[in-house]
Amino acid sequence: MKKLLGASIPLLAALVAFFFGAIMLVALGASPWEGLTSLASGAFGSGDRIAATLVKATPLILVGAGISIAFRTSVVNIGGEGQIVAGALLSTMVALAIPDVPRILLVPIVMVAGLVGGAIAGAIPGALKAYASVNEILSTIMLNIIMLQFMNFLLRGPLIDPLEVEAGTRIPQTARLSDNAALPTLVSGSRLHLGVVIALLAAVAAWAMLWRTPLGFRLRAVGHSPAAARSAGIKVERHITYALAISGSLGGLAGAILVFGSESQRMVTDGSTAGFTGSAGFNGIVTALFGGLHPLWTIPSAVLFGGLLTGATNLQRALQVPAALAVALNGIVVIFVVSSNRVRSRLEELLQARSEFKNSSGGDGPSADVDSLIEEVEHA
Amino acid sequence: MLLEMKGITKRFPGVLANDGIDLEVEEGQVHTLLGENGAGKSTLMKILFGLYQQDEGEVLLRGKPLSIGSPSEAIDVGIGMVHQHFMLVPTLTVAENVALGLKSGRGALTDLDAVSKRINEISEAHGLSVDPSVEVWRMAVGERQRVEIIKALYRDATLLVLDEPTAVLTPQEVDDLFVILRRMTDEGRGLIFISHKLHEVMALSDEITVLRNGAVTGHTRPSETSREQLAEMMVGRSVKLVPDRPHVTAGEPRLVIKNLEVKGDRGTMAVEGLNLDVCGGEIVGIAGVSGNGQKELAEAVAGLRRAEGSSHIMLNDVDVAQLDTRKRRDLGLGYVSEERMTDGAIGEFSVSENLILVDHGSEKFTKGKFLDFKAIREQGETLVKKFAVKTPSIDTPVSSLSGGNIQKVILARELTAKPSVMVVAQPTRGVDIGSAEYIHSQLIAQRDVGTATLLISEDLDEVIGLSDRIAVMFEGEIVAIIPSEEAERDKIGLLMAGVFDS
Ligand SMILES: Nc1ncnc2c1ncn2[C@@H]1O[C@H](COP(=O)(O)OP(=O)(O)OP(=O)(O)O)[C@@H](O)[C@H]1O
Ligand SMILES: [Mg+2]
Repeated sequence: MKKLLGASIPLLAALVAFFFGAIMLVALGASPWEGLTSLASGAFGSGDRIAATLVKATPLILVGAGISIAFRTSVVNIGGEGQIVAGALLSTMVALAIPDVPRILLVPIVMVAGLVGGAIAGAIPGALKAYASVNEILSTIMLNIIMLQFMNFLLRGPLIDPLEVEAGTRIPQTARLSDNAALPTLVSGSRLHLGVVIALLAAVAAWAMLWRTPLGFRLRAVGHSPAAARSAGIKVERHITYALAISGSLGGLAGAILVFGSESQRMVTDGSTAGFTGSAGFNGIVTALFGGLHPLWTIPSAVLFGGLLTGATNLQRALQVPAALAVALNGIVVIFVVSSNRVRSRLEELLQARSEFKNSSGGDGPSADVDSLIEEVEHA
Repeated sequence: MLLEMKGITKRFPGVLANDGIDLEVEEGQVHTLLGENGAGKSTLMKILFGLYQQDEGEVLLRGKPLSIGSPSEAIDVGIGMVHQHFMLVPTLTVAENVALGLKSGRGALTDLDAVSKRINEISEAHGLSVDPSVEVWRMAVGERQRVEIIKALYRDATLLVLDEPTAVLTPQEVDDLFVILRRMTDEGRGLIFISHKLHEVMALSDEITVLRNGAVTGHTRPSETSREQLAEMMVGRSVKLVPDRPHVTAGEPRLVIKNLEVKGDRGTMAVEGLNLDVCGGEIVGIAGVSGNGQKELAEAVAGLRRAEGSSHIMLNDVDVAQLDTRKRRDLGLGYVSEERMTDGAIGEFSVSENLILVDHGSEKFTKGKFLDFKAIREQGETLVKKFAVKTPSIDTPVSSLSGGNIQKVILARELTAKPSVMVVAQPTRGVDIGSAEYIHSQLIAQRDVGTATLLISEDLDEVIGLSDRIAVMFEGEIVAIIPSEEAERDKIGLLMAGVFDS
């Protein structure tokens, strides 16, 4: 019952968001029904489309699972973008340095390099928060900017494709990376690559880590009550750092997958972070919230948002409406999901009470109109 | 009749918290509610205060039926409540906390200066020394309680509910409080008083109603009963009020504190050059008025508060003064904090999760890299049974347990770790006498197998009853150490107050 509720509330929020999307379509002079069908067929209409959607969902799953871990530790990670870039850069450099290692080794090596790059980019604001009380929201955002500049510097300078220099075009991109590092495709002739599987496994691992291991137990304890965790002997500062490092490592893995799952098989940017990440670092936050900060629920959530992103291109082409409509839809979903979280917890309490009463005394649940403010103060 | 509650019934998931309770309070009287942890006292009072709605039953105030939908409605009809767990916002000052939720005469803005002025008047008139401009998080528990009382007095309640107001007060403060409360009943106010301390109940009450498992099991007056009888009415069996303490020869010193210096929250020295030994097989009790550095001492030994550079804390011959809590626990330290709601347990975690909060990473509760849920469940079931924790299940979040039962969860966790040295602060604060008896017997059993226990308690009877040696603490120092055979209540009381001569 509770599980069902957990899923149905975000879906309801999505429905409401689509309803608003329909209104916007009408305002733009297009048919909402056509809009919806072209969006859906753009996202899931064919094998290729589904593959594209899954590929788009891959970084969202990873970043979303990472964000869930951070939030469960009461650490806010807005640094997904920077962490993706960090993972991509480090794995790219590794692939450039050792291109001739056999594929069976090089693919795992560059994936690990991605993890490490992201973990470093996460651990820095994590340690700053834990040991120097630097607000992690600010530091992760600032690190996004730093990573952007760093990426532009590397891709325009030290790492730029020598051919671009020769030709004088100077497009900021690396040379084509070793084929031994490329993620194998799952279905030949399709874009579906191993990265999708890696992301799914990572989400499962994130879930197991949070709820099945002592480390996850400690992270959640720190998230709920640093004081109680500390007096039980848990090293609070260290675990805050871990939380952001682990969260960042999943972003970094997403970065490596973006590079080695790409068709061009190189790292390329248009001078903005989004030009490389497709804003997965931010959309991953939405994905995680939509999935109720649960790493496994971020999987369907990411597929939905991935579908929205791929479908939007189709929508734009079919109805001649701005692609920004998809961004607006995204925003609306966020608003409804976030505001519905409160509604959800209320409903859950009620439902739980109801169902337990059916088993025991058959009475009515406790009234939900307990003055919530006072109750919150009491628990504080 | 000021207040009548008739047939009040309230159910929570899996718990019948109130089962057809009748309660009558007259003007000018103190009506005491007595009952074990989880008997339903706070629930009944929260219904009266509009925090919960009853499932059945009615409330009449001066004969008129009343439906109280929220605390602000309760305050409007003159009902005040001092809650068991503080309802203060830690980051706000005393004046701001009092002003919170007040209807002000100046529209949206509250005149904080006027509020401060009245607080000063009230605190002076009632001898509750509180500085209105201090932020609540800087205050000791005892001071916070005084703020709660001032909050209710400020709103001029005619019916005042005090849910365990004395749990955190010193004996002297309790005496002062009782003077205030008596003055309030003389003015015709009605009081509902909840306490687990029977001598207080005998001293203050006009009427006593005893609850067990959510139902009224008896009604009496102090003149018609005794402490022993009350205990029996509450628990349903006879209870040992003073613990048996067989003689044990103390062993080697296990906790040696030398020249300990610790700063308090306000940045001034709270513990100043303290020296103390605790040997294996011995309970050393700290007697002292709250705010004389006991809390800082406990936290410094536990590694939760920094000890100044020249301090030494030897734990089984290892100087742990600069080590973290984890290392100290690994060296055999057990710790029960006085702040059970914030430091002792995690409210959102289940009972069984809280029971493994310290040991979750040990071999016992892990299988390879993963938690061993079977072992964790077993531990939960065993300890809940052994310590008689009243909870619907081991999966219930600890925050929905009654105060005394949360304390039992924490003690169960710390005692089963078989610590070599144990620091215990306020182990039975807010715990009913049946459970207190059990906790005391466990602390003594632990001592008998050789644990060195440092006991910090504001309940002087508890300190005297449990300790082999009593160390009196005053202004951050140990001013006297008294063997239990020579312990006299009055003499200790004087030492606690800083009277050393004669
Ligand atoms: N909000 C809640 N949700 C679920 N159960 C609750 C809630 N509040 C109280 N209970 C349960 O109701 C019962 C009565 O609790 P209550 O707090 O009234 O006890 P109490 O007599 O005040 O105990 P104590 O002396 O420990 O304060 C307990 O079993 C408790 O677990
Ligand atoms: Mg209570």
